[in-house]
Amino acid sequence: MRANCWLGRGEVEIQEVPDPKILNSRDAIVRISKTAICGSDLHLFNGFVPTMMKGDVLGHEFMGEVVEVGHDVETLRIGDRVVVPFPIACGRCNTCLAGDFSLCENSNPNAALAEKILGHAPAGIFGYSHMLGGFPGGQAEYARVPFADVGPIKIEDDLPDERVLFLSDILPTGYMGAEFCDITPGDVIAVWGAGPVGQFAVASAFLLGAERVIVIDRFPYRLEMARDNSGAQTLNYEETDVREALLELTGGRGPDACIDAVGLEAHHASPAAYSYDRAKQVARLETDRPFALREAIRNCKNGGIVSVIGVYGGFVDKFPMGSLMNRGLTLRAGQCHVQRYLRPLLDRIRGGEIDPSFVITHRLNLDDAPEGFATFKNKEDECVKVVLTP
Amino acid sequence: MRILDDGQTRANEGPAARGDRLGTALGWFSVGLGTAEIATPGAITRIVGVDNSATNRLISRTLCGARELAAGIGIFGDERPGRWLWGRVGGDAIDLSLLTAGVYRHRHEPTRLARLLFATGSVIGVTVLDVIAARRHVGPRHVSGHTARARATTTVRRTPEDLYRRWHDFDALPTFMYHLDSVHTTNGTSHWKAKGPAGTKIEWDAEIVDDRPDELIAWRSVKGSKVHNAGTVRFLPAPGDRGTEVHVDLQYDIPGGTPGYAVAKLFGEEPSQQITDDLRRFKQLMETGEVVRSEGSPTGARNAVHLLGQHPAQPLG
Ligand SMILES: NC(=O)c1ccc[n+]([C@@H]2O[C@H](COP(=O)([O-])OP(=O)(O)OC[C@H]3O[C@@H](n4cnc5c(N)ncnc54)[C@H](O)[C@@H]3O)[C@@H](O)[C@H]2O)c1
Ligand SMILES: [Zn+2]
Ligand SMILES: [Zn+2]
Repeated sequence: MRANCWLGRGEVEIQEVPDPKILNSRDAIVRISKTAICGSDLHLFNGFVPTMMKGDVLGHEFMGEVVEVGHDVETLRIGDRVVVPFPIACGRCNTCLAGDFSLCENSNPNAALAEKILGHAPAGIFGYSHMLGGFPGGQAEYARVPFADVGPIKIEDDLPDERVLFLSDILPTGYMGAEFCDITPGDVIAVWGAGPVGQFAVASAFLLGAERVIVIDRFPYRLEMARDNSGAQTLNYEETDVREALLELTGGRGPDACIDAVGLEAHHASPAAYSYDRAKQVARLETDRPFALREAIRNCKNGGIVSVIGVYGGFVDKFPMGSLMNRGLTLRAGQCHVQRYLRPLLDRIRGGEIDPSFVITHRLNLDDAPEGFATFKNKEDECVKVVLTP
Repeated sequence: MRILDDGQTRANEGPAARGDRLGTALGWFSVGLGTAEIATPGAITRIVGVDNSATNRLISRTLCGARELAAGIGIFGDERPGRWLWGRVGGDAIDLSLLTAGVYRHRHEPTRLARLLFATGSVIGVTVLDVIAARRHVGPRHVSGHTARARATTTVRRTPEDLYRRWHDFDALPTFMYHLDSVHTTNGTSHWKAKGPAGTKIEWDAEIVDDRPDELIAWRSVKGSKVHNAGTVRFLPAPGDRGTEVHVDLQYDIPGGTPGYAVAKLFGEEPSQQITDDLRRFKQLMETGEVVRSEGSPTGARNAVHLLGQHPAQPLG
């Protein structure tokens, strides 16, 4: 089959690789109908996630048709249409039973590698480095889905692929980011990053009852999307002083909760500030550039919540711990526990409360994945989200 | 999952907190040298006296630089800096062999030879310090004579009864203990065949010395076995509704004693890591029904501290 393979920093290529086979009795094989490129893939593409190997198949947002099932899968049949969550979860360990699927205790065969780097190991993730399991991803014609009796959700009605595809990752991720904020009436929520994840964090904050949502980015077309589709107020951090604007917009209180939907490759309006962290990153003295995170913490109201759904990989410098501690902030973070949100969000899609397809700007063939990566990475051609058809 | 090497100071302190100035200094030395080897491999190859070729720069960067940095960070960050100090000793061995090769290659070039000999002398000095520091940390308490002890523990969401029963079936241990080739039980004693370090095969007979249903099994190799070893597994109810804690405690002969142990570790054959991997597979088996496999690790959790031995994350051909 054809698959989009990681070759090294800044390089992906469509290669012919073997078709996947059932390896465990709870596996299924899915013929992929739609797959997407995620901001998380950019971190791999740009070489910020350790333990990648040349030839790794990328992609963790995919859906398709079940073409084979292992003999212990009783919930799926050949021919079922499914969306597959990006974290792999066994459904039977203490953590899965608590609903924290992205921290499954059994789905990462390379947990030892992750323990070395992170202390304890998170779940396995499709197409997301060897430290997170060494599982091939879904930017391919087929994928093996472990624990297929737990993760995939069947789509039984005729909702088009494009409306349900993002249940695999970014819709639940944005939703979890908003849920972390414990929104109560009157709350003002600020979201850093107007990428696909930020778009869904904004939309979800409104779904969960936020009074107002302020979104911060530097790309006008992304800010406009958040304004036009979800009704967010927008701040362009290259044109406005974010701190002053946030004070002004919240009567001096600061946002009740701040969501970081940017992650470790943040930019900074000031070239000097950017160069400082970029240089440290190049010298490997810090792995992550935490501009958005620092700003989210410093601007959050006293006693507020900082929700981190942007991905970080290693270490950050100048983390404003004093601000966090002295002002009684709560920090919540995580890879999304997608399985937890599939059913309720599918119901919201079906009920017409949200149509996630609004983020799609580019529809390409799987063979054009390398071009899709470049366009998405460089935010060219007003790119927000790239969907690929194998 | 946690591994506790026995005999180790329990306090979670780095070398500095323990007032171990030598360990601390070696830690900083590692960080400094590692950074230099990565950042300015050209300067390092020049100081040492070898060619400033792409290959030598690459060796400086990867084999030496990354290793020094890892050791430096490990010495400060790890709860058991002794492991990293022994890692440094292994690293010194690599440096010495590289330098020896250099000395041989440049034996007819006086300036280079002088630099290389100076570098070799320095590394020998550092090796001595490393051995002293490492012995202080793990030395006789971790590895007494030729016996080491390793422990590992995990929590499994099953009853002590289920876990006891599964473990008691010694003949089936190789399904999750990958270093075992086979175990055969015949009236009371069992014959074990295992993979030793570096491709060797070892065999022994073992007997059960304590057996408390749903609670504990202890075994040990019979007198006269070539490889002496003993093990205990305990099953304790975890607090709340969390299942059962499994604690494994092993004692084993180390072929080659302490240095053999350090070298085996470099190749990822550290026994405590093996037990941790065994327990991870045991947990998967008991909770999910199978050992979980990925294309990167097709046989399941194994030697996963290294990227070496991983397949690319692509379907298997
Ligand atoms: N937690 C999870 O489970 C999960 C799931 C999916 C994605 N993610 C992460 O979410 C993040 C965003 O993903 P995406 O797909 O939207 O990526 P993206 O690259 O499209 O979006 C990132 C956006 O952040 C903006 N940005 C950069 N620096 C900024 C700053 N200092 N202040 C404000 N905005 C800034 C960029 O201009 C861009 O629009 C990534 O880190 C991704 O890895 C996390
Ligand atoms: Zn993603
Ligand atoms: Zn689980």
